[in-house]
Amino acid sequence: MQVTMTVNGTEVTRDVEPRLLLVHFLRETLGLTGTHWGCDTSNCGTCVVLVDGQPVKSCTTLAVMTDGHEVRTVEGLADGATLDPVQQGFMAEHGLQCGFCTPGMLLTARALLDRDPDPDEATIREAISGQICRCTGYATIVRSVRWAAEHPVGAPEQPAEEVPA
Amino acid sequence: MQVPAPFDYVRATSVADALQLLDRHGPEARVVAGGHSLLPMMKLRLARPEWLVDINDLAELRSITRDGDRLRVGALTRHAELLASELVGELFPIVHDAERVIADPVVRNRGTIGGSLGQADPAEDLTTVCDVLRAQVVIAGRDGERVIGIEELHRGPYETACEQTELITELRLPIRPRSGSAYEKVERRVGDWAVAAAGAQVVLGEDGTIADASIGLTALGLEGCAVEAGAALLGVHPSEEAFAEAGRLAAAASSPVEDQRGPVDYKRHLADELTRRVLRSAAGRAGADVLATAVSGG
Repeated sequence: MQVTMTVNGTEVTRDVEPRLLLVHFLRETLGLTGTHWGCDTSNCGTCVVLVDGQPVKSCTTLAVMTDGHEVRTVEGLADGATLDPVQQGFMAEHGLQCGFCTPGMLLTARALLDRDPDPDEATIREAISGQICRCTGYATIVRSVRWAAEHPVGAPEQPAEEVPA
Repeated sequence: MQVPAPFDYVRATSVADALQLLDRHGPEARVVAGGHSLLPMMKLRLARPEWLVDINDLAELRSITRDGDRLRVGALTRHAELLASELVGELFPIVHDAERVIADPVVRNRGTIGGSLGQADPAEDLTTVCDVLRAQVVIAGRDGERVIGIEELHRGPYETACEQTELITELRLPIRPRSGSAYEKVERRVGDWAVAAAGAQVVLGEDGTIADASIGLTALGLEGCAVEAGAALLGVHPSEEAFAEAGRLAAAASSPVEDQRGPVDYKRHLADELTRRVLRSAAGRAGADVLATAVSGG
């Protein structure tokens, strides 16, 4: 059946099977592989995207259920070459190592800051509690979100740190 | 990769339309709201509906309104919306206690109260909450609405009195003066099912004694409320002694089974301890000065 939705500000129309999950619609039908596909059981949260501004696990949502709605993925965070403050925060505070959980974490962080621009640590930990990171122990993710809260319009581009040879 | 078996999908535009669609497509049609119970079951092929009737557009089922001495909650109200409602938290703190530990915040953005009750999972938290609050459930069918008590809704694991061609549309929670309520769950990690949980409501009389008390247990093998434990509290002043007796009776009424979440004696211990804690908290929220009458540390 035909579905039409707005993905990262662009209206898309595709013919899909009703059983197609939103995560596969984004990754395979639209080629937006920034959304990761993890546990497939709504536990790990790497597939989180925003539907009408709210974090949703796209492995447990049918693409047809988002017909007429607005979807935002990690590809829709940056404004051209300017990264979203949450992306900058994850860079500044080392919010990722392997990067698998990162797209979901970034979107949940974005939704949290849209709702609560100055969340404390407990609020951040609660917001990301449905998402699993196996690298950071969450400490740097929490710091990254705090960084974004403290730099709401991001930061001017910093010169890259020199890495000793 | 987990993918549901093929099915056809249709969106309902009203309650009447949903009922008509369920009727037309027969026993192989299922209602989908949040989808966080049904879709995982479909992925595992534990459910293979031929039709999904999506009710997410039915805005009329998504409201929280105070109506005299009851709170009316539309069946499509999301867990996150219940948790965000100040009115719900003020009237029924037990709902907020439970909602904070149901699944995780992202799942709560999608899951609905009607879906939770309709799924009738024996380890589901809101059923206990509704038992304790003596909720009523409104079910719409071709011949109009019927209202049943929560105890009539559940017929066993994954089975309810809501027929194939009917739809749960609303939950009604009676508002009781001088009442307090609480819920506490022990879980292994965020989003897991309860190892065990307990909920309670305490209603005080004008003389400060307990005029009504209800206690429910989750994942502890008890259908409905722990009636004897509640009855033991009637007419007494809230005290640690009284709560300990109620805890003992609630544990005796439970029949937990051993699984990967723990052995029977541990779960029975939790039934006792969690019952005392929720009674303490519920009585405190009802305005009782429990500490003044405490005799021991429980």
